[in-house]
Amino acid sequence: MKILVPVKRVVDANVKVRVKPDQSGVELANVKMSMNPFDEISVEEAVRLKEKGVATEVVVVSVGPAQAQETLRTALAMGADRGILVTTDGPTESLAVAKLLAKIVAEEAPGLVILGKQAIDDDANQTGQMLAALLGWGQGTFASKVEPTADTVSVTREIDGGLETVELKLPAVVTTDLRLNEPRYASLPNIMKAKAKPIANKTPADYGVDVTPRLTTLKVTEPPKRSAGIKVKTVDELIEKLKNSGVIA
Amino acid sequence: MSVLVLAEHDNASLKDATLNAVTAAKALAGFAGGDVHVLVAGKGAQAAADAAAKIDGVAKVLLADDAAYGDALAENVAPLIAGLLAGYDALVAPATSRGKNIAPRVAALADVAQISEILSVEAADTFTRPIYAGNAIATVKSADAKKVITVRGTAFPKAAATGGSAAVEAVSGSGDAGLSSFKGAELTVSARPELTGAKIIVSGGRALGSGEAFTQYIDPLADKLGAAVGASRAAVDAGYVPNDYQVGQTGKIVAPELYVAIGISGAIQHLAGMKDSKVIVAINKDEEAPIFQVADYGLVGDLFTLVPELTSKL
Repeated sequence: MKILVPVKRVVDANVKVRVKPDQSGVELANVKMSMNPFDEISVEEAVRLKEKGVATEVVVVSVGPAQAQETLRTALAMGADRGILVTTDGPTESLAVAKLLAKIVAEEAPGLVILGKQAIDDDANQTGQMLAALLGWGQGTFASKVEPTADTVSVTREIDGGLETVELKLPAVVTTDLRLNEPRYASLPNIMKAKAKPIANKTPADYGVDVTPRLTTLKVTEPPKRSAGIKVKTVDELIEKLKNSGVIA
Repeated sequence: MSVLVLAEHDNASLKDATLNAVTAAKALAGFAGGDVHVLVAGKGAQAAADAAAKIDGVAKVLLADDAAYGDALAENVAPLIAGLLAGYDALVAPATSRGKNIAPRVAALADVAQISEILSVEAADTFTRPIYAGNAIATVKSADAKKVITVRGTAFPKAAATGGSAAVEAVSGSGDAGLSSFKGAELTVSARPELTGAKIIVSGGRALGSGEAFTQYIDPLADKLGAAVGASRAAVDAGYVPNDYQVGQTGKIVAPELYVAIGISGAIQHLAGMKDSKVIVAINKDEEAPIFQVADYGLVGDLFTLVPELTSKL
């Protein structure tokens, strides 16, 4: 079984983003970029399935700027076999990405597509579900355990009240949550090896997909600031303050 | 414009997240004087539908009662909603794990770019929503004829659960898509209030050091306050408590009257999940912990002595 893993280049999770003074967006110049953390978990899961002999090939794909090639190289260094880069100008919405991925799925015929549940830049949490809809496949979102068999996959999902398990017919779409696995660090030899792995360069036009955004960002602002309060010295003082503010009786 | 709200329910009862979504839907419908309808898709869900019919401001309830909808499988429910959407200008779903699972599947079927986790309705086509873990707020305008929206519950007050008398109308869809089946759930059983609806939350962090410490220090304080118990991602990742305790950008977004953060340093992703709480208390031995930058009342010291003292004196 082939596994397709879409990955996104995003602002590194440890960067504290700053809103631009002109409110046109967040500052991206000279900011460290990395693979979306949920996508690292997806790559790790796919590579583990290959190491277990369940998967035969792991293909990674990224939709984004030319520099997303670095994100693909990271995935290749983690153990993916080859990459596809679909270069776009500017941000591409989840729906357009899902349409591009649906075309790539038609060409590649994977048994599983494993995506991160959301990207930590736009926090949309949409692409996997949309791809599953466009393909008419089952979706196992927010996965904390993924167990494929010959023609089905059992997915344990993190839900509001705890966990639930669904069984999906293959092929299927899985989106990963935080506790599915701990992604590996690529070793230096594997980083060197990844440089020789192939990456195919494509454009949305190659797939005949219109990626024109449907949403316009009118402005981006700072969230309301919460100011620090006071330090209390004792438990008694804390209880008194809470009683005075009316939150406890 | 007419708006369809996807109800959050467990067949027997309606979840409060539905009420927050109805408030957002009313704001949206208000721009062109349309109606708000609620869809209850489930199995044996008459009771949930009857509860939805009583929500103030709901004009009609659609009840799709079918074994295929009983477990809210997105593969089965999304085509039902996409079919119904022909008669509406917008779908509004709560941004719960269920809403987040189903709504984008509907959006793709309807060829609509979804607007996730809105914080406000600015106009019939314009909304605010958090990006970068809530470190920035984007105002976005949709060019799609229909809107598919999920709603962050803490950003909208609950609609009154009584006062309405909507008719309940049966609807049907294509049922089982044959793609997926529900195998089972392990739900956290607790006598305490639900995290997202609780008035008071007591949350523990990595400094607790073990699951036993949660039971010994956090639980008694929560019980004294009638509070729900939450946790930081670090505490969940360390296995002290189940995943559904997690408060934060990738866990639950909460905004209680009182949030007590114990042994939580205050990582950005945790703050994103609780900074809209009315009053925040932090107890931490590290005076420099970022949690103190958002806390109304900070108490610096050893939680293992301060928390039992607090519990006994309340």
